[in-house]
Amino acid sequence: MLLMMIPGVAFLALFFYIPILGNVIAFQDYQPFLGISGSDWVGLANFVDLYFNPDFWVALRNTIVLAVWQLVLFFPVPLGLALIVDSLVSNKLRRWFQSLVYLPHFLSWVLVIALFQQVLGGAGLVNNTLRDLGMDTVPFMTNPDTFPLLATIQLVWKDAGWAMIIFLASLASIDGSLYEAAAADGAGRWRRMWHITLPGLRSIIVLLLILRIGDILSVGFEQFLLQHDAVGAGASEVLDTFTYFAGVVGGGWSAGAAAGLAKGVVGALLIFAANKVAHRLGEPGIFQKKVGS
Amino acid sequence: MTATLSGRRATKRLNKQLSFNPGRPAWKEPASPLYGTIKAIIIGGISLSIVIPLLLVISTSLADDEQLIAAGGFVLWPTHPSFAAYQAIFSGEFMIRALGVSAFITAIGTFLALFITITMAYATSRPVMLGRPVLLLVLFTLLFAPGLIPMFLMVKQLGLLNTVWSLILPGTFAAFNFVVMRSFFMNIPAELIEAARIDGASDFMILRKIVLPLSKAVIAVVGLFYAVGFWNAFFNAMLYINDQTLYPVQLVLRNYVVQGGSMAEAIGVTSTPPPQSMQMAIVVVALLPILIVYPFLQKHFTKGVITGAIKG
Repeated sequence: MLLMMIPGVAFLALFFYIPILGNVIAFQDYQPFLGISGSDWVGLANFVDLYFNPDFWVALRNTIVLAVWQLVLFFPVPLGLALIVDSLVSNKLRRWFQSLVYLPHFLSWVLVIALFQQVLGGAGLVNNTLRDLGMDTVPFMTNPDTFPLLATIQLVWKDAGWAMIIFLASLASIDGSLYEAAAADGAGRWRRMWHITLPGLRSIIVLLLILRIGDILSVGFEQFLLQHDAVGAGASEVLDTFTYFAGVVGGGWSAGAAAGLAKGVVGALLIFAANKVAHRLGEPGIFQKKVGS
Repeated sequence: MTATLSGRRATKRLNKQLSFNPGRPAWKEPASPLYGTIKAIIIGGISLSIVIPLLLVISTSLADDEQLIAAGGFVLWPTHPSFAAYQAIFSGEFMIRALGVSAFITAIGTFLALFITITMAYATSRPVMLGRPVLLLVLFTLLFAPGLIPMFLMVKQLGLLNTVWSLILPGTFAAFNFVVMRSFFMNIPAELIEAARIDGASDFMILRKIVLPLSKAVIAVVGLFYAVGFWNAFFNAMLYINDQTLYPVQLVLRNYVVQGGSMAEAIGVTSTPPPQSMQMAIVVVALLPILIVYPFLQKHFTKGVITGAIKG
């Protein structure tokens, strides 16, 4: 058995735990040709620079704006979808619809953006049609002001169906006799939803909210990088793309690492905090004192 | 011929009758016309929003010049399907090589990833020495990410920059897939494994002869997740690959479709079809493998995800 753990542990060491240690360059003036051992230690200077870097604050603001949009517009969609699918009586329609809405999850972000471009882009289907009808075109894909909405719609299109699975599973696990009893007592469909379905989903909703809040600083990477040129940094720069442009493109390795490290630590703290709140609410949350099964 | 057909139809009908269809529970009232209509609109609208873009790119990639020009660039149904765009993108070596790179990283990557995930998940699913600390090591990866820059430096340090291995190795283990796999293994009765052990089977033998044959469904699901991940990986390629000959399909898609780079000279083709349909053909090439494997595997994945999500 120990032998079987070796490949996995080796992988974790090489591509997770050693890179974590590599974060020390956030406290250095890292020079690639000197390496970690040869570079000078500068303490918290990189974090201070970050604090005074307006681009960082733009990235942080965009990240939070996008996260709030996602929370408000994306989060309820899978739940609503699951309720609708669950109310379908025809099994055939249900299966057919489920297979279809899961599909976009398996497409890459590059593909999703390409598809959106072909439909909504400046030379895309919708704008072509508008032009043919003699109307003004609408810059759906390049307008920085509406970018958060666009990005959220892209996310909904890609992942809402997939996110629905988990709600469907918990809906299926609600005891059917509860509904029967409630109906016998005269509860209509809305009352049954309010008093049976939603309480039955409560813990899974709390769980997903925690995960979402813990992930609030990771709104996604590829999606924003791919549209960075089209809408400009002012609207599409998020913490992850900032790290990339400052570090890999700009050669500010230490600054990039500092931004990444700050993000990682804050994200982990947010998960712990949210989990604590869930416990206060009497929900199991993602992890108890005893981690694992 | 007719006999087998009608026989098949009869079997189908019988299967339908036998298959569990609870129908409408007695307590559930039929939807009122208003709610029924709203529901139909929502379901229909969502379905169309997924089908139309896919149909659009496939049709446009197949449309011939005349129709394309007449329709102003987009076609929802090709009247005279032509493969000119595909011939054009495959006339140079560039696209074929990109497909080769993507196929290679998907195949090798999925194999390695499954190997690591299965061994690790099986070992930690049994009460063994060090099982718990190793489990914690894995679960911690769900909480914290090492960050982009340290990962880049690590890959660089290992000398993997500009090799296909930079696209494979960093993605060969995902904690989520591990959790799915492990919770499946934990449901395999311990007696079965004990019995094999008493008969003198080694751990590897038990894994190969008993556990794996019982786990085909979950292996299919996790394998699909990994394969899709490798096929779709764009960011690693952008980060680690400069050499054009090592571009995977997703990077080609970004450079020549999303960013609209001039394809003809980069890909080394003599462009006769309109660039529009060539772009669409690249989109379809990136899309097709997913559309092909999807129907075979999608019946498994609900179950796979749910075992992972609920029990993890």
